[in-house]
Amino acid sequence: MLAKRIIPCLDIKDGRTVKGVNFENLLDAGDPVELAALYAGKGADELVFLDITATLEKRKTLYAMVEQVASRINIPFTVGGGISELADVGILLNSGADKISINSAAVRRPQLISEIADKYGNQCVVVAIDARREKDKWIVYLNGGRLHTGLELFAWAAEAERLGAGEILFTSMDHDGTKEGFAIDALSHMTQTVNIPVIASGGAGTMAHFADVFTQGAADAALAASIFHFREVAIPELKQYLMHHNIPIRL
Amino acid sequence: MKVVIIDYGAGNTRSVSMALERLGAEAILSSDVAEISSADKVIFPGVGHARPAMQALRQRGLDIAIPQLKQPLLGICLGMQLLCAHTDEGDTPCLGVFDQRVRLFPPDLKVPHMGWNTTIALRAGDVFPSGWYYFVHSYYVPANADTALTCHYIHDFSAAMRRNNFYAVQFHPEKSGTAGELLLSQFLKL
Repeated sequence: MLAKRIIPCLDIKDGRTVKGVNFENLLDAGDPVELAALYAGKGADELVFLDITATLEKRKTLYAMVEQVASRINIPFTVGGGISELADVGILLNSGADKISINSAAVRRPQLISEIADKYGNQCVVVAIDARREKDKWIVYLNGGRLHTGLELFAWAAEAERLGAGEILFTSMDHDGTKEGFAIDALSHMTQTVNIPVIASGGAGTMAHFADVFTQGAADAALAASIFHFREVAIPELKQYLMHHNIPIRL
Repeated sequence: MKVVIIDYGAGNTRSVSMALERLGAEAILSSDVAEISSADKVIFPGVGHARPAMQALRQRGLDIAIPQLKQPLLGICLGMQLLCAHTDEGDTPCLGVFDQRVRLFPPDLKVPHMGWNTTIALRAGDVFPSGWYYFVHSYYVPANADTALTCHYIHDFSAAMRRNNFYAVQFHPEKSGTAGELLLSQFLKL
Protein backbone atom coordinates (compact mmCIF):
# COMPACT_ATOMS: atom_id res chain seq x y z
CA MET A 1 0.00 0.00 0.00
CA LEU A 2 1.30 3.44 -0.92
CA ALA A 3 2.52 5.15 2.26
CA LYS A 4 1.69 8.65 3.39
CA ARG A 5 4.92 10.62 3.48
CA ILE A 6 6.48 12.61 6.33
CA ILE A 7 8.70 15.40 5.05
CA PRO A 8 10.93 17.60 7.25
CA CYS A 9 11.70 20.96 5.64
CA LEU A 10 15.07 22.66 6.11
CA ASP A 11 15.49 26.38 5.48
CA ILE A 12 18.86 27.09 3.92
CA LYS A 13 20.76 30.37 3.82
CA ASP A 14 24.25 30.54 2.32
CA GLY A 15 24.47 26.75 2.44
CA ARG A 16 23.58 26.51 6.16
CA THR A 17 20.34 25.60 7.92
CA VAL A 18 18.65 28.53 9.62
CA LYS A 19 15.62 29.24 11.80
CA GLY A 20 17.17 27.26 14.60
CA VAL A 21 17.56 23.61 15.17
CA ASN A 22 17.66 22.00 18.59
CA PHE A 23 19.35 18.63 18.46
CA GLU A 24 21.82 16.96 20.72
CA ASN A 25 24.47 14.71 19.22
CA LEU A 26 24.88 16.89 16.17
CA LEU A 27 28.41 18.15 15.70
CA ASP A 28 27.11 21.11 13.75
CA ALA A 29 23.38 21.80 13.80
CA GLY A 30 23.81 24.33 11.01
CA ASP A 31 25.15 21.73 8.63
CA PRO A 32 22.30 20.69 6.31
CA VAL A 33 24.03 17.46 5.38
CA GLU A 34 24.32 16.32 8.95
CA LEU A 35 20.73 17.25 9.74
CA ALA A 36 19.50 15.57 6.55
CA ALA A 37 21.35 12.37 7.44
CA LEU A 38 19.83 12.45 10.90
CA TYR A 39 16.29 12.83 9.56
CA ALA A 40 16.83 10.11 6.95
CA GLY A 41 18.06 7.81 9.70
CA LYS A 42 14.98 8.52 11.81
CA GLY A 43 12.61 7.54 9.02
CA ALA A 44 11.85 10.75 7.10
CA ASP A 45 10.39 9.70 3.75
CA GLU A 46 11.70 12.69 1.83
CA LEU A 47 13.36 16.02 2.55
CA VAL A 48 12.72 19.52 1.28
CA PHE A 49 15.44 22.18 1.25
CA LEU A 50 14.18 25.72 0.86
CA ASP A 51 16.89 28.18 -0.09
CA ILE A 52 16.29 31.68 1.24
CA THR A 53 19.68 33.02 0.17
CA ALA A 54 19.34 36.62 -0.85
CA THR A 55 22.06 36.96 -3.46
CA LEU A 56 22.77 35.18 -6.70
CA GLU A 57 26.48 34.83 -5.90
CA LYS A 58 25.64 32.60 -2.99
CA ARG A 59 23.79 30.16 -5.24
CA LYS A 60 27.06 28.31 -5.82
CA THR A 61 27.08 27.48 -2.12
CA LEU A 62 23.63 25.94 -2.55
CA TYR A 63 24.78 23.79 -5.47
CA ALA A 64 27.73 22.52 -3.41
CA MET A 65 25.35 21.72 -0.56
CA VAL A 66 23.01 19.81 -2.89
CA GLU A 67 25.96 17.71 -4.07
CA GLN A 68 26.95 16.89 -0.52
CA VAL A 69 23.40 15.97 0.44
CA ALA A 70 23.05 13.76 -2.64
CA SER A 71 26.28 11.94 -1.90
CA ARG A 72 25.25 11.17 1.69
CA ILE A 73 21.45 10.77 1.66
CA ASN A 74 19.63 7.68 0.36
CA ILE A 75 16.09 9.11 0.24
CA PRO A 76 14.58 11.55 -2.28
CA PHE A 77 14.93 15.28 -1.76
CA THR A 78 13.50 18.45 -3.25
CA VAL A 79 15.21 21.82 -3.54
CA GLY A 80 13.26 25.06 -3.82
CA GLY A 81 13.79 28.80 -3.58
CA GLY A 82 15.09 31.26 -6.11
CA ILE A 83 14.50 29.11 -9.19
CA SER A 84 13.41 31.36 -12.04
CA GLU A 85 14.53 29.64 -15.21
CA LEU A 86 15.18 26.27 -16.81
CA ALA A 87 18.97 26.63 -16.42
CA ASP A 88 18.64 26.81 -12.60
CA VAL A 89 16.74 23.52 -12.68
CA GLY A 90 19.39 21.75 -14.76
CA ILE A 91 22.16 22.68 -12.31
CA LEU A 92 20.18 21.51 -9.28
CA LEU A 93 19.14 18.18 -10.84
CA ASN A 94 22.65 17.55 -12.10
CA SER A 95 23.96 18.30 -8.63
CA GLY A 96 21.81 15.43 -7.36
CA ALA A 97 18.42 16.90 -6.41
CA ASP A 98 15.49 14.60 -7.28
CA LYS A 99 12.88 17.32 -7.60
CA ILE A 100 12.76 21.09 -7.67
CA SER A 101 10.05 23.29 -6.25
CA ILE A 102 8.95 26.51 -7.91
CA ASN A 103 6.62 29.14 -6.52
CA SER A 104 6.75 32.79 -7.68
CA ALA A 105 8.43 31.97 -10.97
CA ALA A 106 5.54 29.65 -11.86
CA VAL A 107 2.97 32.37 -11.12
CA ARG A 108 4.91 34.97 -13.09
CA ARG A 109 5.48 32.66 -16.06
CA PRO A 110 3.31 29.50 -15.90
CA GLN A 111 4.95 28.14 -19.06
CA LEU A 112 8.07 27.46 -16.95
CA ILE A 113 6.20 24.48 -15.45
CA SER A 114 5.79 22.95 -18.92
CA GLU A 115 9.37 23.70 -19.90
CA ILE A 116 10.72 21.86 -16.87
CA ALA A 117 8.24 18.99 -17.21
CA ASP A 118 9.04 18.55 -20.91
CA LYS A 119 12.76 18.49 -20.35
CA TYR A 120 13.05 16.58 -17.07
CA GLY A 121 9.66 14.92 -16.57
CA ASN A 122 6.60 15.83 -14.49
CA GLN A 123 7.89 13.83 -11.53
CA CYS A 124 10.56 16.42 -10.72
CA VAL A 125 8.31 19.52 -10.78
CA VAL A 126 6.78 20.48 -7.46
CA VAL A 127 4.63 23.61 -7.66
CA ALA A 128 4.57 25.33 -4.27
CA ILE A 129 1.57 27.52 -3.53
CA ASP A 130 1.14 29.85 -0.54
CA ALA A 131 -2.43 30.93 0.03
CA ARG A 132 -4.73 32.48 2.60
CA ARG A 133 -8.47 32.60 2.99
CA GLU A 134 -10.24 35.84 2.17
CA LYS A 135 -13.98 35.77 2.81
CA ASP A 136 -15.09 32.65 0.94
CA LYS A 137 -12.06 32.33 -1.34
CA TRP A 138 -8.49 31.08 -1.01
CA ILE A 139 -6.11 33.56 -2.65
CA VAL A 140 -2.53 32.86 -3.79
CA TYR A 141 0.21 35.10 -2.38
CA LEU A 142 3.87 35.56 -3.30
CA ASN A 143 6.94 36.96 -1.54
CA GLY A 144 6.13 35.50 1.84
CA GLY A 145 2.63 36.90 1.82
CA ARG A 146 3.40 40.44 0.76
CA LEU A 147 2.13 40.15 -2.79
CA HIS A 148 -1.53 39.41 -3.51
CA THR A 149 -1.80 37.74 -6.92
CA GLY A 150 -5.56 37.69 -7.38
CA LEU A 151 -5.24 34.00 -8.34
CA GLU A 152 -7.70 31.61 -6.75
CA LEU A 153 -5.95 28.66 -5.09
CA PHE A 154 -7.83 25.72 -6.57
CA ALA A 155 -7.95 27.18 -10.08
CA TRP A 156 -4.19 27.80 -9.96
CA ALA A 157 -3.48 24.28 -8.66
CA ALA A 158 -5.57 22.78 -11.49
CA GLU A 159 -3.75 24.96 -14.01
CA ALA A 160 -0.36 23.90 -12.60
CA GLU A 161 -1.37 20.25 -12.99
CA ARG A 162 -2.52 20.86 -16.55
CA LEU A 163 0.84 22.50 -17.36
CA GLY A 164 2.76 19.49 -16.07
CA ALA A 165 3.29 19.81 -12.31
CA GLY A 166 4.02 16.45 -10.69
CA GLU A 167 3.03 17.52 -7.17
CA ILE A 168 1.45 20.45 -5.35
CA LEU A 169 3.00 21.74 -2.13
CA PHE A 170 0.25 23.80 -0.52
CA THR A 171 1.05 26.05 2.43
CA SER A 172 -1.81 27.70 4.25
CA MET A 173 -0.51 31.05 5.46
CA ASP A 174 -3.44 31.21 7.90
CA HIS A 175 -2.17 28.05 9.59
CA ASP A 176 1.60 28.34 9.17
CA GLY A 177 3.30 28.86 12.52
CA THR A 178 0.11 28.45 14.58
CA LYS A 179 0.72 24.78 15.52
CA GLU A 180 -3.06 24.42 15.60
CA GLY A 181 -3.40 21.95 12.76
CA PHE A 182 -3.35 21.91 8.97
CA ALA A 183 -5.91 23.60 6.70
CA ILE A 184 -8.04 20.46 6.50
CA ASP A 185 -10.99 21.83 4.51
CA ALA A 186 -8.83 23.48 1.87
CA LEU A 187 -6.64 20.38 1.60
CA SER A 188 -9.64 18.13 1.25
CA HIS A 189 -10.90 20.35 -1.57
CA MET A 190 -7.43 20.44 -3.13
CA THR A 191 -7.02 16.64 -3.15
CA GLN A 192 -10.38 16.35 -4.92
CA THR A 193 -9.45 19.06 -7.43
CA VAL A 194 -6.16 17.65 -8.72
CA ASN A 195 -5.10 14.10 -9.59
CA ILE A 196 -1.46 14.56 -8.58
CA PRO A 197 -0.02 14.16 -5.06
CA VAL A 198 -0.63 17.00 -2.61
CA ILE A 199 1.87 17.87 0.14
CA ALA A 200 0.26 19.66 3.10
CA SER A 201 2.21 22.40 4.84
CA GLY A 202 1.49 24.86 7.63
CA GLY A 203 0.02 24.27 11.06
CA ALA A 204 1.56 21.02 12.30
CA GLY A 205 1.70 21.04 16.08
CA THR A 206 0.80 17.58 17.33
CA MET A 207 0.79 13.99 16.09
CA ALA A 208 -3.01 14.14 15.89
CA HIS A 209 -2.71 16.96 13.34
CA PHE A 210 -0.85 14.58 11.02
CA ALA A 211 -3.51 11.91 11.42
CA ASP A 212 -6.18 14.50 10.58
CA VAL A 213 -4.38 15.81 7.50
CA PHE A 214 -4.07 12.28 6.08
CA THR A 215 -7.58 11.04 6.91
CA GLN A 216 -9.79 14.14 6.66
CA GLY A 217 -7.55 16.21 4.40
CA ALA A 218 -6.60 13.20 2.21
CA ALA A 219 -3.12 14.69 1.78
CA ASP A 220 -0.46 12.41 0.29
CA ALA A 221 2.34 13.89 2.34
CA ALA A 222 2.77 16.29 5.24
CA LEU A 223 5.60 18.76 5.61
CA ALA A 224 6.77 20.42 8.81
CA ALA A 225 9.83 22.26 10.05
CA SER A 226 10.04 23.62 13.56
CA ILE A 227 8.24 20.79 15.38
CA PHE A 228 10.88 18.43 14.04
CA HIS A 229 13.82 20.79 14.50
CA PHE A 230 12.84 21.52 18.12
CA ARG A 231 11.96 17.88 18.80
CA GLU A 232 8.37 18.61 19.77
CA VAL A 233 7.40 15.68 17.57
CA ALA A 234 9.87 12.88 16.84
CA ILE A 235 9.53 11.09 13.50
CA PRO A 236 9.74 7.50 14.82
CA GLU A 237 7.01 8.15 17.44
CA LEU A 238 4.91 10.02 14.89
CA LYS A 239 5.08 7.08 12.49
CA GLN A 240 4.15 4.60 15.24
CA TYR A 241 1.22 6.81 16.18
CA LEU A 242 -0.02 7.04 12.60
CA MET A 243 0.30 3.30 12.13
CA HIS A 244 -1.82 2.71 15.23
CA HIS A 245 -4.40 4.96 13.59
CA ASN A 246 -4.42 2.70 10.52
CA ILE A 247 -2.68 5.20 8.28
CA PRO A 248 -0.31 3.55 5.79
CA ILE A 249 3.19 4.51 6.85
CA ARG A 250 6.63 3.19 5.99
CA LEU A 251 8.36 1.83 9.07
CA MET B 1 35.19 -5.43 -10.20
CA LYS B 2 34.15 -3.21 -13.08
CA VAL B 3 30.69 -1.65 -12.78
CA VAL B 4 29.42 0.35 -15.74
CA ILE B 5 26.36 2.60 -15.65
CA ILE B 6 24.91 2.99 -19.13
CA ASP B 7 24.95 6.71 -19.88
CA TYR B 8 22.66 7.53 -22.79
CA GLY B 9 21.46 10.97 -21.75
CA ALA B 10 18.22 9.73 -20.18
CA GLY B 11 18.25 10.03 -16.51
CA ASN B 12 19.71 10.39 -13.18
CA THR B 13 22.99 8.49 -13.54
CA ARG B 14 24.42 10.75 -10.86
CA SER B 15 22.30 9.49 -7.98
CA VAL B 16 22.92 5.87 -9.03
CA SER B 17 26.69 6.35 -9.06
CA MET B 18 26.55 8.12 -5.70
CA ALA B 19 24.58 5.21 -4.22
CA LEU B 20 27.19 2.76 -5.52
CA GLU B 21 29.94 4.93 -4.03
CA ARG B 22 28.24 4.73 -0.63
CA LEU B 23 28.55 0.94 -0.99
CA GLY B 24 32.24 1.27 -1.79
CA ALA B 25 31.90 0.49 -5.52
CA GLU B 26 33.34 2.77 -8.15
CA ALA B 27 31.21 2.93 -11.27
CA ILE B 28 32.11 4.12 -14.74
CA LEU B 29 29.60 6.05 -16.82
CA SER B 30 29.71 4.97 -20.43
CA SER B 31 27.72 4.76 -23.64
CA ASP B 32 30.46 2.80 -25.39
CA VAL B 33 29.44 -0.72 -26.44
CA ALA B 34 32.95 -2.19 -25.91
CA GLU B 35 33.25 -0.63 -22.45
CA ILE B 36 29.81 -1.85 -21.42
CA SER B 37 30.39 -5.35 -22.79
CA SER B 38 33.60 -5.71 -20.78
CA ALA B 39 31.95 -4.79 -17.45
CA ASP B 40 31.39 -7.29 -14.64
CA LYS B 41 28.09 -5.62 -13.76
CA VAL B 42 25.97 -3.26 -15.83
CA ILE B 43 23.42 -0.81 -14.52
CA PHE B 44 20.79 0.54 -16.92
CA PRO B 45 19.04 3.53 -15.33
CA GLY B 46 16.48 5.79 -16.91
CA VAL B 47 14.16 8.68 -16.19
CA GLY B 48 11.97 10.47 -18.69
CA HIS B 49 10.07 9.56 -21.82
CA ALA B 50 10.52 6.17 -23.51
CA ARG B 51 10.59 7.36 -27.11
CA PRO B 52 13.59 9.74 -26.96
CA ALA B 53 15.30 7.26 -24.65
CA MET B 54 14.99 4.45 -27.25
CA GLN B 55 16.21 6.86 -29.92
CA ALA B 56 19.27 7.66 -27.81
CA LEU B 57 19.97 3.92 -27.40
CA ARG B 58 19.66 3.29 -31.15
CA GLN B 59 22.01 6.18 -31.98
CA ARG B 60 24.68 4.49 -29.87
CA GLY B 61 24.03 0.94 -31.08
CA LEU B 62 22.91 0.03 -27.57
CA ASP B 63 19.54 -1.33 -28.73
CA ILE B 64 21.49 -4.23 -30.30
CA ALA B 65 24.18 -4.53 -27.63
CA ILE B 66 22.12 -4.53 -24.43
CA PRO B 67 19.97 -7.64 -25.14
CA GLN B 68 23.17 -9.56 -26.00
CA LEU B 69 24.95 -8.83 -22.71
CA LYS B 70 25.90 -11.93 -20.69
CA GLN B 71 26.89 -10.34 -17.35
CA PRO B 72 24.35 -9.36 -14.67
CA LEU B 73 22.47 -6.22 -15.72
CA LEU B 74 20.13 -4.21 -13.50
CA GLY B 75 17.50 -2.06 -15.20
CA ILE B 76 16.07 0.73 -13.03
CA CYS B 77 12.70 2.49 -13.54
CA LEU B 78 12.53 3.51 -17.22
CA GLY B 79 15.46 1.11 -17.73
CA MET B 80 13.19 -1.76 -16.68
CA GLN B 81 10.41 -0.60 -19.01
CA LEU B 82 12.82 -0.30 -21.95
CA LEU B 83 13.88 -3.92 -21.38
CA CYS B 84 10.31 -4.96 -22.26
CA ALA B 85 8.99 -5.60 -25.77
CA HIS B 86 6.86 -2.50 -26.13
CA THR B 87 5.61 0.48 -24.17
CA ASP B 88 2.40 2.40 -24.66
CA GLU B 89 4.38 5.55 -23.83
CA GLY B 90 4.68 7.10 -27.27
CA ASP B 91 3.72 3.66 -28.72
CA THR B 92 7.40 2.72 -28.63
CA PRO B 93 8.98 -0.65 -29.51
CA CYS B 94 11.63 -1.51 -26.90
CA LEU B 95 14.46 -3.99 -26.33
CA GLY B 96 12.42 -7.18 -25.95
CA VAL B 97 14.38 -8.89 -23.17
CA PHE B 98 11.13 -9.29 -21.25
CA ASP B 99 8.20 -10.29 -23.43
CA GLN B 100 5.89 -7.67 -21.94
CA ARG B 101 3.85 -4.65 -22.94
CA VAL B 102 4.23 -1.61 -20.65
CA ARG B 103 0.94 0.11 -19.88
CA LEU B 104 -0.27 3.45 -18.55
CA PHE B 105 -1.98 3.46 -15.15
CA PRO B 106 -5.67 4.37 -15.49
CA PRO B 107 -6.59 7.55 -13.60
CA ASP B 108 -8.45 5.62 -10.87
CA LEU B 109 -5.89 6.94 -8.39
CA LYS B 110 -3.30 9.67 -8.68
CA VAL B 111 -0.82 9.24 -11.50
CA PRO B 112 2.19 9.14 -11.28
CA HIS B 113 2.39 6.47 -8.61
CA MET B 114 4.76 8.41 -6.39
CA GLY B 115 6.18 7.51 -3.01
CA TRP B 116 7.03 4.53 -0.86
CA ASN B 117 5.14 1.31 -1.43
CA THR B 118 5.41 -2.25 -0.15
CA THR B 119 6.42 -5.19 -2.30
CA ILE B 120 5.78 -8.91 -1.99
CA ALA B 121 8.28 -11.57 -3.07
CA LEU B 122 6.86 -14.16 -5.47
CA ARG B 123 9.94 -16.35 -5.54
CA ALA B 124 12.98 -16.95 -3.40
CA GLY B 125 16.62 -16.86 -4.35
CA ASP B 126 16.78 -13.64 -6.36
CA VAL B 127 18.59 -10.49 -5.29
CA PHE B 128 15.36 -8.68 -4.53
CA PRO B 129 14.36 -8.54 -0.84
CA SER B 130 10.71 -7.65 -0.30
CA GLY B 131 10.09 -4.42 1.58
CA TRP B 132 9.45 -0.69 1.16
CA TYR B 133 10.81 0.99 -1.96
CA TYR B 134 10.49 4.44 -3.50
CA PHE B 135 8.52 4.54 -6.77
CA VAL B 136 7.90 7.30 -9.32
CA HIS B 137 6.22 6.15 -12.51
CA SER B 138 3.09 6.50 -14.65
CA TYR B 139 3.54 3.32 -16.71
CA TYR B 140 3.78 -0.20 -15.33
CA VAL B 141 4.67 -3.75 -16.34
CA PRO B 142 1.86 -6.20 -15.51
CA ALA B 143 2.73 -9.13 -13.26
CA ASN B 144 4.08 -12.01 -15.36
CA ALA B 145 6.15 -15.20 -15.24
CA ASP B 146 9.40 -13.21 -14.80
CA THR B 147 8.04 -11.13 -11.90
CA ALA B 148 10.06 -11.50 -8.69
CA LEU B 149 8.40 -8.77 -6.59
CA THR B 150 4.88 -7.46 -6.98
CA CYS B 151 3.51 -4.14 -5.82
CA HIS B 152 -0.08 -3.00 -5.73
CA TYR B 153 -1.28 0.36 -7.06
CA ILE B 154 -4.56 0.31 -8.96
CA HIS B 155 -3.35 -3.11 -10.25
CA ASP B 156 -0.83 -5.65 -9.11
CA PHE B 157 2.24 -4.87 -11.18
CA SER B 158 5.87 -5.96 -11.47
CA ALA B 159 8.09 -4.17 -8.96
CA ALA B 160 11.02 -6.42 -9.91
CA MET B 161 11.65 -8.97 -12.65
CA ARG B 162 14.39 -11.36 -13.61
CA ARG B 163 15.14 -13.38 -16.70
CA ASN B 164 18.55 -15.09 -16.84
CA ASN B 165 21.20 -12.37 -16.32
CA PHE B 166 18.68 -9.55 -16.70
CA TYR B 167 17.44 -8.03 -13.44
CA ALA B 168 15.05 -5.10 -13.37
CA VAL B 169 13.30 -2.94 -10.79
CA GLN B 170 10.52 -0.40 -11.28
CA PHE B 171 11.44 1.51 -8.09
CA HIS B 172 14.58 3.51 -7.36
CA PRO B 173 16.90 1.42 -5.16
CA GLU B 174 19.33 4.36 -5.07
CA LYS B 175 16.64 6.40 -3.26
CA SER B 176 15.06 3.62 -1.22
CA GLY B 177 16.97 3.93 2.03
CA THR B 178 18.59 0.88 3.55
CA ALA B 179 16.29 -1.54 1.65
CA GLY B 180 17.56 -0.15 -1.64
CA GLU B 181 21.16 -0.30 -0.46
CA LEU B 182 20.75 -3.97 0.46
CA LEU B 183 19.37 -4.76 -2.98
CA LEU B 184 22.22 -2.93 -4.75
CA SER B 185 24.86 -4.62 -2.60
CA GLN B 186 23.35 -8.04 -3.32
CA PHE B 187 23.36 -7.27 -7.03
CA LEU B 188 27.03 -6.25 -6.83
CA LYS B 189 27.84 -9.59 -5.14
CA LEU B 190 26.33 -11.70 -7.94
